[in-house]
Amino acid sequence: MPMLNLRLARPELLIDINPADQRLPCVALSNSGGGLLRLPALTRHRVLLEHDLVRQHCPLLADAIRYVGNVRVRNRGTIGGSLAHADHTSEIGCCLLATGARVVARGPAGDRTIPASDLFAGYWTTTLAPAEIITDVLIPVARPRQGWSFHEMVRRTSDFAIVAVAVTVNLAERADRIAAANIALAGVADRVVLADPALLTSDPDETAARIAETLDPPDDVHASGEYRRRVAGVLIARALREASARAAR
Amino acid sequence: MNKRQITLTVNGRDHEVWVIPSDTLLDVLHDELGMADVRYGCGEGVCGTCTVLLDGDPVNGCLTLAVQAAGHQVTTMRGLLGADDTLHPLQECFLRRGASQCGFCTPGMVLTSLDLIRRVGRPTREEIRYALVGNLCRCTGYTKILDAIEEYADQ
Repeated sequence: MPMLNLRLARPELLIDINPADQRLPCVALSNSGGGLLRLPALTRHRVLLEHDLVRQHCPLLADAIRYVGNVRVRNRGTIGGSLAHADHTSEIGCCLLATGARVVARGPAGDRTIPASDLFAGYWTTTLAPAEIITDVLIPVARPRQGWSFHEMVRRTSDFAIVAVAVTVNLAERADRIAAANIALAGVADRVVLADPALLTSDPDETAARIAETLDPPDDVHASGEYRRRVAGVLIARALREASARAAR
Repeated sequence: MNKRQITLTVNGRDHEVWVIPSDTLLDVLHDELGMADVRYGCGEGVCGTCTVLLDGDPVNGCLTLAVQAAGHQVTTMRGLLGADDTLHPLQECFLRRGASQCGFCTPGMVLTSLDLIRRVGRPTREEIRYALVGNLCRCTGYTKILDAIEEYADQ
């Protein structure tokens, strides 16, 4: 709707899908402790913030939603709408990359599942076909020895992120050493991006510096690209430390 | 574009209105029904002057289409008034504390903070500040608004 009011989008036809689906978030757990949190595309931001299943199984997303819009935006905005909008500063997109989530898209030929890492194509552009819509978001549930962290730099609460970082880490079996990490960034490219896993080291500062070096963020009125790169480095190191501490608890 | 007739329930009263599907709820409440307490500020959901409650939840009138509100309960600030248009206690607190100057932001401030208090009871000052990030005031500088809301929450 803001895109319409700003005359950035001028669709000939608008279809209100709000009444199309009344499903609530649900979770399917396997015996091995894994499982999927299923969020219908019309799940509103306020539900993501408050729903017990989301807080329990994807605390990263429940935490990051605090940074999205304001109370009225969270009452109307949906997870599917946010993803299809594909803003390059999207907190939600960032979280889905960090958790290895997938989305289900439905088109005339049926359903297909798209990894979040293949969903975003550039500024406000997805890889969805014109006749496809997102119906569900599938997020692997948080597991033991997994930690998470979300950090965002904004000048005023509820602004678009200058830089945001979402991180999940898995600690090694018997040592408090990071065995694997997903580090997702918003505000540093034409879409939300995942850092190359090969850049991960045992030292958060070194990892952050190596990732920051690979970034080439755009300049705009809010911040220069160089500033964004420096902020990204700081936030990555902070997020890795916090996520590791949470995982070790 | 063709107009269609819908029934909007506003402050407990039904209104039959003819709307274009692209009319926003704000357009219809303000321009068609003459409700001066729902206001056009930014048109993009960041200023809060068009706040109304839709089935009890605050939403932006400028980002909701009127046709989407048909069949739902819409409440504007005037819907909070008591019999004989007596002010809501929160409005009394705004008056006592000098929390309104030009008054343009006041309906949004009142509806948004009332929703917060209904949900959490006695919010902290910081929680009130967070709930009001999307309500801009260009006169009083917020301190008196926060004072008024805290006074009401303490009652």
